[in-house]
Amino acid sequence: MRHLLSTADLDVAEAVRILDTAGQMAATQAREIKKLPTLRGRTVVNLFFEDSTRTRISFETAAKRLSADVINFSAKGSSVSKGESLKDTALTLQAMGADAVVIRHHASGAPHTLAHGGWTTGSVVNAGDGTHQHPTQALLDAYTLRRHLVGDGGRADVSGRDLTGLRVAIVGDVLHSRVARSNVQLLHTLGAEVTLVAPPTLVPVGVEAWPARVSYHLDEAIADDKPDAIMMLRVQRERMSSAGGGFFPSPLEYTRGYGLDARRLASLPEHAIVLHPGPMNRGLEISADAADSSRAVIVEQVANGVAVRMAVLYLLLAGGDAPTSSQPGTTNETKVDA
Amino acid sequence: MSTRYLLLDVAPLGGEATDVLLADGVIAVIGEDAQAQAGDDATVLDCHGLVLLPGLVDLHTHLREPGREDAETIRSGTRAAALGGFTAVHAMANTTPTQDTAGVVEQVWRLGREAGWVDVHPVGAVTVGLEGERLAELGAMAESQAQVRVFSDDGKCVHDPVVMRRALEYVKAFDGVVAQHAQEPRLTEGAQMHEGVVSAELGLAGWPAVAEEAIIARDVLLAEHVGSRLHVCHLSTAGSVEIIRWAKSRGIDVTAEVTPHHLILTDELARGYDPVYKVNPPLRTQRDVEAVRAGLEDGTIDIVATDHAPHTREDKDCEWAAAAFGMTGLETALSVVQETMVDTGRMTWADVARVLSTAPARIGRVSDHGRPIAVGEPANLVLVDPAARRTVEPEQQATKSVNSPFRGRDLSGCVIATFLRGRATVLDGSPCDESVVVSR
Ligand SMILES: [Zn+2]
Repeated sequence: MRHLLSTADLDVAEAVRILDTAGQMAATQAREIKKLPTLRGRTVVNLFFEDSTRTRISFETAAKRLSADVINFSAKGSSVSKGESLKDTALTLQAMGADAVVIRHHASGAPHTLAHGGWTTGSVVNAGDGTHQHPTQALLDAYTLRRHLVGDGGRADVSGRDLTGLRVAIVGDVLHSRVARSNVQLLHTLGAEVTLVAPPTLVPVGVEAWPARVSYHLDEAIADDKPDAIMMLRVQRERMSSAGGGFFPSPLEYTRGYGLDARRLASLPEHAIVLHPGPMNRGLEISADAADSSRAVIVEQVANGVAVRMAVLYLLLAGGDAPTSSQPGTTNETKVDA
Repeated sequence: MSTRYLLLDVAPLGGEATDVLLADGVIAVIGEDAQAQAGDDATVLDCHGLVLLPGLVDLHTHLREPGREDAETIRSGTRAAALGGFTAVHAMANTTPTQDTAGVVEQVWRLGREAGWVDVHPVGAVTVGLEGERLAELGAMAESQAQVRVFSDDGKCVHDPVVMRRALEYVKAFDGVVAQHAQEPRLTEGAQMHEGVVSAELGLAGWPAVAEEAIIARDVLLAEHVGSRLHVCHLSTAGSVEIIRWAKSRGIDVTAEVTPHHLILTDELARGYDPVYKVNPPLRTQRDVEAVRAGLEDGTIDIVATDHAPHTREDKDCEWAAAAFGMTGLETALSVVQETMVDTGRMTWADVARVLSTAPARIGRVSDHGRPIAVGEPANLVLVDPAARRTVEPEQQATKSVNSPFRGRDLSGCVIATFLRGRATVLDGSPCDESVVVSR
């Protein structure tokens, strides 16, 4: 693996390998000394053209626990709104000797352009691009699903296992969701069955080519599919306004049709778990009852995110053998504002 | 250099080979007498295997001057046109300042004359500043030295139905035509590529076929209602072909164009996020490609026009969403038409002459181009070698910009020579000396 741009690029063996490695990483994180020396001397740049403190901190934590040097390059709100600046920024990072660039960008395909533009030799990790992909989110979701739903509810060793036979419902703004796109492809690769649930306005034209079923009715989808997991997507409130596209009439109507509340939670199979990529709009796509219930694994997703991102950075930059050492390392942090 | 050319063993419109003498700016002799009458000073060209066509006429060229001389100038763009086999081009109005007054269109017309590579016919904007609100002074542009007959807000759609109706009516006074860039603006806000399977996967905002088709449907009905002539720019979808076919069957006075790129490229090319494939209207599906080929073959689509849209490297060397729409095309158009329509047996060279010369000249009311290959006709001609193969190298082209979607691709056919009123602008596939071209 040279870059991680899209879950579509992963075959089942590669995907399982990342999940297994994440499992090993998670094990090291249970120790008193969490830091591994694996990436000592390597530089990871977090290049964020779009605000996302959560994702940036997750990658930063992952890189530091592998003893990499971390540079946070925040390009938002600066001169970096015009075209060529992605190129200029890439050349700057190349000059700094970045071994990996973790990029978050508002434009779909920007990580692809960065990886293939000939501007940088480092590995590129897509940390979310426009409405295209967010592969580490899908990987951490898959890791979470495997932990809970494969091998007797999670305590057995699940390494080497995929998600064959699991049913997952993904609910909400599929049209604008890179989380949905990443998950549909990865879950399909791992053998799970996906049902997308959304009002028709929030389903992309062309979805018929996706390896997923589409339903416009959440209650029906729950009754018919009996999903093992339900993944609630964030819905931006501005989508309902005319200026935002007028995708649905009101938040209330959305919540009535597609929100996960106590009643719908109760209608799920007993073992089913609830995921959300965060940040949540409580009261819109998910009620407090559902978000805070014992079925929700939303907080655990955050912790799993660090392990998965450690695994990705490790496999991209160190490759080869699994980590065993728990030797503490040192990291330096540099902040650069562009 | 001589102004008499003797073309030996050349095939007019791909038909039977003969000899043709060009003298005094016209086709002087066709047939056995050509050699005898050539005289000693004629330049003799062995044209065995070559096809002679009327000089190509582009109804849709962006020359970028005034305003974006960093991407193209009238000089560089018309030189590219001559190399592509063109003898006349229509320069689109979306310049800076906009070609929406007699002064600006006359400036473009004059710069074209000074450059001398092809005849430049400026297109006039339909509305002031392409804003779609107030009609520009169409009459003044028509009566200017530039004698504008084609009006277009290309780049933008004349979306207000009342403004479109008025424009269609108004240009009747001087036999003008409104060339519509059919794009419903609300349906295409932020649109990046064709809306379909590929856009759904790539997460790029979709440009739905219906946004083109809805405007074309409205416009043909408007044209019928007011009895006006309508031209549809760069039609790109199967549905658009159907609508034009229906309109023509009703006797509506509509003509339509397709670009070379919509004849051969599809939205699958967007998968690499290379903005060289970002164009407006967007590349469509294979089904649409088949439909526009069929439409061109059966005459539903009247012409091929390049929509040559040069852009600087900065405007393309970036992420897809930030990149400009458009691709160059003047120097590859004839090859693409040959490859998609002639080499496949769907069209003859006479058909090529029709869709790339005669019909666009007629639509643009250009009287001295797109003429028959006959004695006494102006010698606006192009010599093509259909057997040649060439690899497209944008850096080697005459256009100032390198945003060709055919980089590295082998294409059929090569322009050997172009004649504008009997003077060669291109010989041996190379541009002639500029001093000769200009001193016409
Ligand atoms: Zn246009």
